[in-house]
Amino acid sequence: MRREGSPWRGLGVVFLKELSDHLTSARMRVLELLVVLTALAAVYGAIQQIKDSTAEDPFLFLKLFTTTREQYPLPSFVSFLAFLVPLMAIGLGFDAVNGEHSRRTLSRILAQPIYRDALLFGKFLAGLATLAVSLVALWLLVIGFGLYLLGIPPGGEEMARSLVFLLVTIAYGGVWLALAMLFSIIFRSAATAALVTLGLWLFLTVIWSALAPAIAAIVIPPDPRYASLGLPTPETTELQTVLARLSPSTLFAEVVLALLDPTTRALGPIYLSQLQGAVVGAPLPMAESLMMAWPQIVGLVAGTIVLFVIGYVVFQRQEVRA
Amino acid sequence: MSTPVIEARDLVKRYGGATAVDGVSFTIAPGEIFGLLGPNGAGKTTTILMLLGLTDISSGEARVLGHDPAREPLAVKRRVGYLPDLVGFYDHLTASDNLRYTARLIGIAAEEREQRIATALDRVHLGDVAERRVATFSRGMRQRLGLAEILMKDAAIAILDEPTSGLDPQATVELLAMIRGLKHDGVAVLISSHLLERVQSVCDRVALFHDGKITLLGTVEELGRQVLGGGFAVEVEAQGVALGDRLREVPGVRAVEATGPDRYRLLAERDVRPEAAAAVVGAGGRLTRLSVEEPSLEVIYTRYFENQGIRDAA
Repeated sequence: MRREGSPWRGLGVVFLKELSDHLTSARMRVLELLVVLTALAAVYGAIQQIKDSTAEDPFLFLKLFTTTREQYPLPSFVSFLAFLVPLMAIGLGFDAVNGEHSRRTLSRILAQPIYRDALLFGKFLAGLATLAVSLVALWLLVIGFGLYLLGIPPGGEEMARSLVFLLVTIAYGGVWLALAMLFSIIFRSAATAALVTLGLWLFLTVIWSALAPAIAAIVIPPDPRYASLGLPTPETTELQTVLARLSPSTLFAEVVLALLDPTTRALGPIYLSQLQGAVVGAPLPMAESLMMAWPQIVGLVAGTIVLFVIGYVVFQRQEVRA
Repeated sequence: MSTPVIEARDLVKRYGGATAVDGVSFTIAPGEIFGLLGPNGAGKTTTILMLLGLTDISSGEARVLGHDPAREPLAVKRRVGYLPDLVGFYDHLTASDNLRYTARLIGIAAEEREQRIATALDRVHLGDVAERRVATFSRGMRQRLGLAEILMKDAAIAILDEPTSGLDPQATVELLAMIRGLKHDGVAVLISSHLLERVQSVCDRVALFHDGKITLLGTVEELGRQVLGGGFAVEVEAQGVALGDRLREVPGVRAVEATGPDRYRLLAERDVRPEAAAAVVGAGGRLTRLSVEEPSLEVIYTRYFENQGIRDAA
């Protein structure tokens, strides 16, 4: 059965309304403030560290994102992002649909000549655009801060790498936004949706990385021959990597590692054969780094799409009435 | 009668095993106010959602302005205004911003948008508070804002779900007057309500819902004749000898009930007050009260189910 009219009708209207709601909401202001302050603190720490130990690093500027100050246990800029971007995305998405239910605006809006597609997709795009706007602003801020305090202009490849890093961070936010929206469709109470999403986020980010090795060791017990040599069993390690990569946080961390540290040669276990002939510590060309992280990047985008589609299907079948 | 704007034929809605709407058929003519009345949970809202294409139709057929709401929902929703039960607005936006958002969704051209919003708000007496946030609005103001949305949409049909619920008597009277105004503009109005008395006054025809079925359909007078047996019940209070027999002889009276000492209730085909008065006076009785009971929906509804109960028991 073919529906009459375009599913995109009204998409732009919903997008602009939601975007303006996000950008003017108090919630967004608080999140932005949190992100900017912590990020600047981290970058400042990194700059102090870089100044103290100026080396002949060809990718000094990228160090801005990844270095931590040794004296203070302050996380680096990327670790802050890995932690705060999900929080921001969840903050933007957890009441996307159930909020319309509880405000009793959903049936009134859907009685206008638009399809549900436009409403859901418009909300998602608005959330993503809000994330993108804040992240681009943050990225520019960090680069400017670095230029000012380090006094070294970044090279072309450094800029390219950090730009890809920015795009990946947006995609990483997209996964959590899609997840938050999915739960906002499933759960009628915004508080429940927020708690479930936050719970799942904590589980995937904190607990899962500890749980993955344990599960791997149970499924494939370590071989005593390797153990006696003090080496990990390759099969166990492989399974552990596979399990850990189910979490978007792991994927993001791996992409960041490949992109911002050009000397990274492999993600996951390295075999001796891979190291033959390698000049340890020599940077890879950007295309190679990108190639290495490509599966992870695709994984993040695919995760976003899959979560959004599940939400879309549930939303289409849902009754308008509470 | 001109072509109906809404036609429902044997509409059925099933949720899993339960049947919420069970074979409902009715038509609504242009410019008519049609009431869907019945207790909560009788299937009124579900019927409305099916007509708007907001929920699937399990079986049966609906036509709204000649369109099938299941296949052409946009064509239907372009011409139909809907005021949901306990309508909600975006509290952080002003009244006119709320309407502006819907106006864009409807696709009203930018150059006439402001004019239409202002006119609609003035008509529901919200012109003064157009720039106030909806958060400060009372229940009645929100309902009126919902009505303004329908006016702005220039809809051919207005569907109002429980428009008077939660309103104080004065707000109800105001709202009902505005609904009559819609009819005056030639808009067909479908009202659902569980408050029979309030809505009775504005409806041209009503359908009484019970358990997902329409049990009665027609004008209030028709239903009265159908259910109460006669159209009129005349109450007589008079002192005198054997008045009951005298009243029974009045032409047009079908039955006389003695409801108390010197009190009689006449069931008649028409208003027999003059004849009854003459009969009492002619018999030398003292007439103290004479009144006619208008058939009210409440009475019709209750009586219908009493009769139904008797029939079921038999």
